[in-house]
Amino acid sequence: MAPSAAAGVAPPLIALEGVTRSFAVGDSVVNAVDGIDLVIGAGEYLSIMGPSGSGKSTLLNLVALLDRPSTGAYRFDGQDVVGLDDDALAAIRRESIGFVFQSFHLVPRLTAAGNIELPLTLAGVAAAARRERVAATLAAMDLADRADHRPSELSGGQRQRVAIARAMVTAPRLLLADEPTGNLDSHSGTQVVELLEGLWRDQGVTLVVVTHDAALGRRARRRIRLVDGRIDADVRD
Amino acid sequence: MGTLSAPDALRLAGGALAANRRRSLLIGLATAIGVAAVVLLASLGEGAQRFVTGQFEALGTNLLVVMPGRNETTGGPPPVLGTTPRDLTIDDAYALTQWRDIVDIAPVMVGNAPVSVASGLEREVNVLGTTASMETLRHLEVVQGRFLPAGDPKRGAAVCVLGEELREALFAGEAAVGRWVRVADRRFRVVGVLRDTGVSIGTDFDDLVIVPVASAQMLFDRESLFRIIAAVRPGADLAAASAAVHDIIAARHEGEDDVTVITQDSVVETLGRIVGTITLGVAAISGVSLAVAGILIMNVMLVAVTQRRAEIGLLKALGARTTDVRNLFLLEAVMLAAGGALAGLAVGLTGALAVGAWYPAFPVATPRWAMATAVGVAVVTGLVFGVVPARRAAALEAVDALSRR
Repeated sequence: MAPSAAAGVAPPLIALEGVTRSFAVGDSVVNAVDGIDLVIGAGEYLSIMGPSGSGKSTLLNLVALLDRPSTGAYRFDGQDVVGLDDDALAAIRRESIGFVFQSFHLVPRLTAAGNIELPLTLAGVAAAARRERVAATLAAMDLADRADHRPSELSGGQRQRVAIARAMVTAPRLLLADEPTGNLDSHSGTQVVELLEGLWRDQGVTLVVVTHDAALGRRARRRIRLVDGRIDADVRD
Repeated sequence: MGTLSAPDALRLAGGALAANRRRSLLIGLATAIGVAAVVLLASLGEGAQRFVTGQFEALGTNLLVVMPGRNETTGGPPPVLGTTPRDLTIDDAYALTQWRDIVDIAPVMVGNAPVSVASGLEREVNVLGTTASMETLRHLEVVQGRFLPAGDPKRGAAVCVLGEELREALFAGEAAVGRWVRVADRRFRVVGVLRDTGVSIGTDFDDLVIVPVASAQMLFDRESLFRIIAAVRPGADLAAASAAVHDIIAARHEGEDDVTVITQDSVVETLGRIVGTITLGVAAISGVSLAVAGILIMNVMLVAVTQRRAEIGLLKALGARTTDVRNLFLLEAVMLAAGGALAGLAVGLTGALAVGAWYPAFPVATPRWAMATAVGVAVVTGLVFGVVPARRAAALEAVDALSRR
């Protein structure tokens, strides 16, 4: 299915096989994600769309290693991750996955630089190296003059750019964006999307965008549509 | 790649505390009050202990005090004949000097009588009947005139020595030596005035009149002594001297060993132990406030966990391990407690210094154990009460924590 997997050179970045995630709701069991097979190769730009309740967020959480499948197999970069413990999953998130959230999730008491530094701090990067990488990332995101501002002193677009900088400062292989423009006006939204796409184009990060904004979803080279926890459509240009 | 380092964890936890400055200060204050209370009370207690010990040591630890009657409980049925001990007499007192190590004795009679002067002023005070030896045995200082004259203890001269407070009450600014005072129905000429001792344990030497023991016997129409104070040669065996006293008295009382002998050493030790126990008790009670502070810390940390769900979820999404999250919240609790404890320690020590400066006679001293225990208990309390919130934070699922917007 994915070209890289077929070539057998490198394993796909993400390989889900028959993945189901079920939740108990009252007496019944609901399969939020229902037997999904999905292979995403390194360097792809993919959008996951679907109506509310279609299982987008659940799928994203599974891909992000924040949640475990109830059944099915998941190989991240060739490694079986279903059986890993929490700390091992945390290590993969630390090293290989960046997150961008709809509501930014910046730590309000930390400055922009402090927020961007956080993943490096959690990864135990030495302070001097952290400062260097934070400065470089700030510059790359055109945020150098906002380094010492707290989130409350930034506009929505600036906040999301800080969040993207935080996601990218560890140079992850996978960038997951959950409704990245959901809380932004159209102008800021466009800027954020262009920034994300630039990272995909120039740095080769694998970009997965979850959205129910059709205009945003259409921009991706590969578009997956979820309905009732199943893949309804998987279209690529 | 490694994991969160200890200095970074400290910085993050400290930053979280600083971001909630008022909350952190208030909770720190609770701990500070507890620690300050423990430190201050322990300091006062230690001061009291030293004060008591010091007072008694000033009297000399080589003294034996002989009292009539045994204070031991003996088994068996009560004797048929009366158990009233024999009187302790002046002759008994001087018989004690037979023992080679007893260098001096002073018989003591104590009573209460009105003392008046010609001007009509009258005051009910303690009357102490004794001999000239008392001056050296109790290290009394005479500031005007002299102490009771030496001489036959059985001949009561009509002279007396006044305590400073009594002198002031009776004669105000006038010279007292040479004047006459009336004690009950007898007149005594004042030969000396004692130095103002300030505070004293045991007998108050400021508000009393000292008369020769034989005069006191006549005043109170009583033979029996209240006490005999015996000075043992410094360095001599107090236990042997004590045994000798029992033997001598028994020989004089038809074989009845009917006195109690206490040494200053044992008194000092007992009093020290009592005051020490009280100190410990009071410190422990004030330590309860540390437990209360611990509960406050737990409460505030539980609230923090709820308020910072999104932040916890974010940390986990960014790759913080469960233990990292737990340690961060535990650190916050411990830093709150430790910060409060150090502030409380400073306040407690300052308070102790202030008390020491205010009452120089009171030897306030902060025992090391109190400082170490108070701070240690505070920090451990923070740790213990921080465990539940920290575990709750660590157990949060990132997905749930992030999804609440």
